[in-house]
Amino acid sequence: MDQEKIDQIVDNYTGEDGVLIQLLLDVQKELNWVPKEAVQRISERLQIPLSQIYRVASFYKSMSLKPRGRHLVNVCLGTACQVRDGPRVMDRIRDVLGINPGETTPDMKFTLERVNCLGCCALGPVMVVDGEYHGKMMPAKAEEILKGYV
Amino acid sequence: MPRLDSPAELEALRQEILSKRDPDKPCITICSGTGCHAYGSEKVNAALEKEVKKQGLKAEVDVRRTGCHGFCERGTLVVIYPDGICYVNVQPEDAAEVVRSAKENKVIDRLLYVDPTTGEKVIHESDIPFYKYQNRIIFGNNRRIDPKSIDDYIALDGYSALSKVLSQMTPEQVLEEVKRSGLRGRGGGGFPTGWKWQTTRDASGEPKYVIVNCDEGDPGAYMDRSLMEGNPHSVLEGLTIGAYAIGSHEGFIYVRAEYPLAVENLDIAIQQAEGCGLLGKNILGSGFDFEVKVHRGAGAFVSGESSALMTAIEGKVGEPRPKYIHTSEKGIWDRPSCLNNVETWANVPLIINNGANWYASIGTEGSKGTKIFSLVGKVNNTGLVEVPMGIPLRDIVYKIGGGIPRGKKFKAVQTGGPSGGCIPEQFLDSRVDFDELARLGSMMGSGGMIVMDEDTCMVDTARYFLDFLADESCGKCTPCREGIKQMLDILTDICGGRGQDGDIELLEELSEVLRDTSLCALGGTAPNPVLTTIQYFRDEYAAHINEKRCPAYVCKELVSYYIDPAKCQACMICLRNCSAEAISGGKDKIHVIEQSKCTKCGNCFDLCPPRFEAVEKISGESVPPSLPEDERVLVRGKE
Repeated sequence: MDQEKIDQIVDNYTGEDGVLIQLLLDVQKELNWVPKEAVQRISERLQIPLSQIYRVASFYKSMSLKPRGRHLVNVCLGTACQVRDGPRVMDRIRDVLGINPGETTPDMKFTLERVNCLGCCALGPVMVVDGEYHGKMMPAKAEEILKGYV
Repeated sequence: MPRLDSPAELEALRQEILSKRDPDKPCITICSGTGCHAYGSEKVNAALEKEVKKQGLKAEVDVRRTGCHGFCERGTLVVIYPDGICYVNVQPEDAAEVVRSAKENKVIDRLLYVDPTTGEKVIHESDIPFYKYQNRIIFGNNRRIDPKSIDDYIALDGYSALSKVLSQMTPEQVLEEVKRSGLRGRGGGGFPTGWKWQTTRDASGEPKYVIVNCDEGDPGAYMDRSLMEGNPHSVLEGLTIGAYAIGSHEGFIYVRAEYPLAVENLDIAIQQAEGCGLLGKNILGSGFDFEVKVHRGAGAFVSGESSALMTAIEGKVGEPRPKYIHTSEKGIWDRPSCLNNVETWANVPLIINNGANWYASIGTEGSKGTKIFSLVGKVNNTGLVEVPMGIPLRDIVYKIGGGIPRGKKFKAVQTGGPSGGCIPEQFLDSRVDFDELARLGSMMGSGGMIVMDEDTCMVDTARYFLDFLADESCGKCTPCREGIKQMLDILTDICGGRGQDGDIELLEELSEVLRDTSLCALGGTAPNPVLTTIQYFRDEYAAHINEKRCPAYVCKELVSYYIDPAKCQACMICLRNCSAEAISGGKDKIHVIEQSKCTKCGNCFDLCPPRFEAVEKISGESVPPSLPEDERVLVRGKE
């Protein structure tokens, strides 16, 4: 882990109050997860107890305390996607990747997450891979899209 | 951009912008909301810009990327002004023709919207039934503005309400106007906005804060996203007016993690507004200072609750706290804090510009103005619709929404997210406002409207919401943490065919406890989806419990797939695509599903060609025994 990167992120918020969440989001974005070393460094720099940082990092879904795969697959199970067969899309992706939501494939290629609404309900069911939205999913279509990722 | 130091300078800038714009010059607008984005609007936009250049029409045709137009079902949407010619499902390949048609003022027939009921093509956006019955006073500007351009907003009278407030009105007058308008909070509670402002203004303690809640967590609702992404200045203007009325000089905008484009556009809008002197110190030379900070959420539904959101802004875990003292008196860092939802703030400039009387003339007795709903689920025209309060639910679903796809039967509309309920067919003629929805056991919520048809299982829907809430409960108070879990277990059992007599009563009893004893609204309203489905669809619960039957064929454990030997044409499609390898048969051998291997993924049901319709779903009865081997040979061609 690059301590300089963490220091840089912390420096961006010098003198501001209540920055912990914003800071952890930046770390997540930069490193794709929140490693122990980063938490320790933030704790030292901000003089916030480790327990408090871990409490925040484990509470929020956007922060991951485990390394994530190269591709992040978000499957939306908001109500609109739910009534339009979203769960079946999720089931298929689970089968294809062989992992449950919240897990990463052993080869570190994919991380699968369930989201509770991405706010593009008119296109449900929706799957997002690395920030790219795919609407009107069907189980077979979702499988095909995932096969396109190396 | 020059700094504006007086209302007159703002007006001069507006005139200058307008003078540079020819209202008759064709302008091709491309919807760039998240929905159209998913359809590839980015590529359409690039192709259009390239074409304009290629055809040498830069001086004659404008291209503008705008916010969400609302008719997400048919994206990518392209509208050509000044005539308002609307094209749907536009692809990058269409670019050359679109640009040419805009220049020559012609209409491309094949890209027009076809009304499915009449089969007629509709040229103008305003004539499309989806738009025709709406009243888009807030959302309408989305399609005329590039959200990244403050000029576009100013050209449409933007910031004139703020200018008026700062130069001609006292804070008390602003408060009075908002109170008289009858505006109620659009985030769910429906609390009168003006009174909320008054409480914060009167509360002791400095500084005071104003907050925009853009943590639109209700699944199925996305109007705040589209407003924030599509017209961020309208929210900023409303917020600044509120700050002036309340006496606040510092604001926060809390945007949820899932809305990166909203954050991007908002950041740009704030920078531009600050650059023009419409935010920051001495706004428009009035002496009024106001600063805004954006706080990105990190993915927690409960953080949309007002006290939890304020705790999150303090940098702590976004959990709710008891509200014996309202957050309007003790909010962020125990200072008076006024929180309103995105749509609420966006209403404010309209009220100031057009007056409280005008605003109050729209809507019903207890609910004034319009409301933006996200009409989604099993409905033909999905998208965002803005309608006056009091419109019959039927008009929204049928006139605007175009009814239920594939001739299916309407079952219910779910409103209010996980705190709301399901409204059945017998109440379709109810008028939609805060009080009427509450009377039906549901609530307005932030405006999600999820249409459900005969293929939606209501017990599974209740289970879904409790699963959602169990996942999102912060766990701070016991009734919510444990109660939702217990209710979820019971519902999972019912859906799994393990329901027992007395389950319904137990659910009702637990609901009462949750409602009475939870710390915040998440737990307190969690029983609503269960109670309304029990109230209106008790027979579905009974079918699950007593007959082990799911009438909508949704609950996996109660459904079997079966191939009708009389209809199967041994085409091999389902057999080849069965990931569980549960289907046996051959080229001329009728296919059979081996029930013990079947994972009930439904793939065979999807793939069986419609002309055969050989795969059936069965629930509540046993699967017929398969044919003996020698009878499975398919004899073809005996017409």
